[in-house]
Amino acid sequence: MGNKQTIFTDEQLDAYQDCTFFTRKEILRLHGRYHELAPHLVPMDYTNEPDVKLPLALIVNMPELKENPFRNRIVESFSEDGEGNLSFNDFVDMFSVLSEMAPRELKAIYAFKIYDFNTDNFICKEDLEKTLNKLTREELTSEEVNLVCEKAIEEADLDGDSKLSFADFENMISRAPDFLSTFHLRI
Amino acid sequence: MDRDRSLHHIEAALESPAEEHVHHSSFSPLMEESSPGLEEPHDAVEMEVLAEEGGGDEQTEVLSALVDRRRGSVQGHEGSRQGNPLARERWSSATQRVLCSMPSRTIGRGQGAVISQYSDRTTQLRRRRLSQPSIRDYSRSARPSIRGYRMEVDPEEEAKEREKLVNNLQSLPAGERMRMLRAMPLRMAEKSELRKLACSSKVRRSLSSTEISCCSRLKFYTIISLQQGWGIVVSFLQSLQPWQVALKTVSGRFGTGVLSYFLFLKTLLFFNVFLFCVNGFFLVIPQAANPPPYDYANVSFSGLELLTGGGYFTDTVMFYGYYTNDSCQLPENSTNGTANQSNCTQHTSYNIPVAYFFTIGVAFFVTCVILVYSMSKSFAQSFRIEKSRGNLTVKVFCSWDFSVLKKSSVKLQTENIRTQLKELLSEVNCGKVEKSLLRRLERMAVHVLAWAMCLASTVGCALAVFHLSKHLFEDHPPVSMSLKDEARLLALPVVVSSINLLLPGFFNTVAWMEEYDSPSVRTYVAIFRNLLLKVSVLGMLCYHWLVKIAGDSEKLKLKCWESFVGQELYRFLLMDFIFTMLDTLFGEFLWKLFSQRVLRRKRKPVFDIARNVLDLIYGQTLTWLGVLFTPLLPAVQIIKLLLLFYVKKASLMMNCQAPRRLWRARQMSTLFITLLCFPSFLGAAVSVTYTMWTIEPSKTCGPFRDLPKMFQSGKRWVEELEAANSRLTWLSWVYTYLLENPIFLFIAAGVFLIITYFHTQVVDGQRKIIALLQEQIENEGQDKKFLITKLQAAHERKQSFSPRRLESRDSEVSGMD
Repeated sequence: MGNKQTIFTDEQLDAYQDCTFFTRKEILRLHGRYHELAPHLVPMDYTNEPDVKLPLALIVNMPELKENPFRNRIVESFSEDGEGNLSFNDFVDMFSVLSEMAPRELKAIYAFKIYDFNTDNFICKEDLEKTLNKLTREELTSEEVNLVCEKAIEEADLDGDSKLSFADFENMISRAPDFLSTFHLRI
Repeated sequence: MDRDRSLHHIEAALESPAEEHVHHSSFSPLMEESSPGLEEPHDAVEMEVLAEEGGGDEQTEVLSALVDRRRGSVQGHEGSRQGNPLARERWSSATQRVLCSMPSRTIGRGQGAVISQYSDRTTQLRRRRLSQPSIRDYSRSARPSIRGYRMEVDPEEEAKEREKLVNNLQSLPAGERMRMLRAMPLRMAEKSELRKLACSSKVRRSLSSTEISCCSRLKFYTIISLQQGWGIVVSFLQSLQPWQVALKTVSGRFGTGVLSYFLFLKTLLFFNVFLFCVNGFFLVIPQAANPPPYDYANVSFSGLELLTGGGYFTDTVMFYGYYTNDSCQLPENSTNGTANQSNCTQHTSYNIPVAYFFTIGVAFFVTCVILVYSMSKSFAQSFRIEKSRGNLTVKVFCSWDFSVLKKSSVKLQTENIRTQLKELLSEVNCGKVEKSLLRRLERMAVHVLAWAMCLASTVGCALAVFHLSKHLFEDHPPVSMSLKDEARLLALPVVVSSINLLLPGFFNTVAWMEEYDSPSVRTYVAIFRNLLLKVSVLGMLCYHWLVKIAGDSEKLKLKCWESFVGQELYRFLLMDFIFTMLDTLFGEFLWKLFSQRVLRRKRKPVFDIARNVLDLIYGQTLTWLGVLFTPLLPAVQIIKLLLLFYVKKASLMMNCQAPRRLWRARQMSTLFITLLCFPSFLGAAVSVTYTMWTIEPSKTCGPFRDLPKMFQSGKRWVEELEAANSRLTWLSWVYTYLLENPIFLFIAAGVFLIITYFHTQVVDGQRKIIALLQEQIENEGQDKKFLITKLQAAHERKQSFSPRRLESRDSEVSGMD
């Protein structure tokens, strides 16, 4: 591991190290993983910042995401166009937020984005229903789903508009310190 | 994202509610025309294109009204609940406009809002930094949910805010700037640009300024290079993370609960590596390089030494007895062949007794500091406000373990969550079942019986250990070095290890018949009972070693009681390891066969995290107890932990399955590290302190053989220093009055307790404030509901009041098309 790498300039690696929770070595490893998703699309030389985006279908086939029921939403929340096409920067962002060193506020912001299926900055009842269905693989009856959604909104909605704003979500997260350990992907 | 932004631009333009009646009247025909159902989304998109091409005000207002309607009808769908005033089928457009331009709904995590929020945060941070030297918890003070709300900013304001943010970032020290940058929810490209702006102008400024003298520039470069060097060191240390792939496999299949056991093992490994390095460098290497000129009968190496620690190993660096009480010559100055006397004034001599005393003392002190620090950090992260409500939401959002990767485990997790949700629902639906008095008494009786059984067995085991140790050592002390006697030495460790193996299983069996309110209570009770057992057994053993053996060492014909106690601890550690291995390799495997064939369960047994962690803590306590007598014991523990990792992992993969219940990993980790600190480390530290301060060291071996008490080596050294150099009298004064005098320790302990008390009071106060704030938020919600209904009522009244005005405006509007 002694040869000088030519994938990134030193300045780029410094920027990555300062702006994400990864070290240089981990960034290079992430680049390796990104590259092996589509070896013919992703260049090995990132010094001039090529504009390469990998589609959703490729990213969700990664072993880390393949079995996750929220994989589509995770990738969409980190993509610039909202469709799930990740550039390398978005890819690094995603794993940085999901790493164990990210603080709770940052994780809460992105968790909120992930669970907000219709991207209206609120978790409304439909978002909750979709979340539940993904969690339980649609094996709860529709009355149970309905009941759970209603009760959940009743419990967490503090300002009474029958949907969960970010403030409500964050307040609920503060009651679950395990959130930090469960909302964590190792790469 | 773009859609949101342009909408918000539009809404920003709609300022005063006074203008609404003008807009309102122009909308009503459109509203009456359009269907009350959902508009198709692409309609709105098409109109948006028109708007962006420079459509007039009215078009944009129409657009916002249509989108409002979409939102409103979506709202209407979900709000079919009775009595919810916000869930009306049809809000008037004006009300909807007002609703949509409320600050809480225009947060949009768009770039402008984030930048303005973070520039607020950094301003506050800067202000606080200027007024106070230390910054703590800035992130908690500027929570996005409470402050920093602003309507979506337009591009010019955004540029201004960005400028402000960059300026603020520049004024922060590098570490905080990095932390701030990392915590921002912006995209990577934007963050790196901010960073570039913040760093480059600072560098440019400092380099180009001619006022900066040569010295401060040099200082600047030194600081930069130091920071870079530190960065390299940190990344090197991080790259040394052992077992990354193994941990990922474990968490991928079993989740974060089981992973916490392996992470705990890793933590213990680092503690032991630290102890080993300190001891090795300061004690073992100097002594090994200068073997003392004793002549012992040549004992040959037989295999039993590995088990008993006696025989050949007795007179090696491993045990206390080998260490001299003189100073050693350091290798460079080995011109004098003989060892110097301790009051020699040579500067290159290395005083072994002093080194021994201070090394052990400093190692314990540093371990204490690290433990307390990690414990407090863990507490901070796992702090939560206990509330009976909110469990369902938490279960929906926080129970999915993202690190589980294997398909079968994911399926299992899905089933678990489903079961738990159903249970919670049934609980919520039926409410708390009123238990009859008889039932409660029955439960109480069962609990009392179970506790009685557990306590009785614990006391019985402790007494058994006491009597066995008495029988083995005091009634028939081991005299000769025959094989039989050596084997007898192993009897006590074997008995204690079997107790540690069998009794927790017994406790689990007893707990089966009990009924608990929640699974976490069950876990805590199991941990407590296990802990009680281990504490009582260890306490009994410490009494036996430090009081009986140390006190009556002549009666027992022990030449060197410290080496003997060290050997005992070595034996205990080894037996614990052997028993754990056997239990893991055979026990779990046999239990799996038993449960699958005999009990005919389809599931494999579950890995008992609590019990395994307590076993780890027990092993670590033994190591800490033994460090004083066996400086190389951490090395044994390191080997043990390394082997244990691989064996446990292999057994886990083969024999176990993921736990069914949600294991609160973070809280449990906090509990384990607290247990490591309080009963375990504290007990060991107290024993070591007691040994050093009270017990008389043996006269024929060890570095403290000519001292009445061990700690007096330090005092003697200080006196020597004073004799050598009269300017150091203050040192002996410090030593006499601060270290020896118990008053100082009492005062220090008292101050520590007072500070702890104040902190707990502060935390209590904060808890109360949080409850008050929560109430306030609920009240605000009620206020909002009230105002919105009033607003809607006012519009309805107005609408019914002037129908004719609307008709005249209809014709105007139709002319517009």
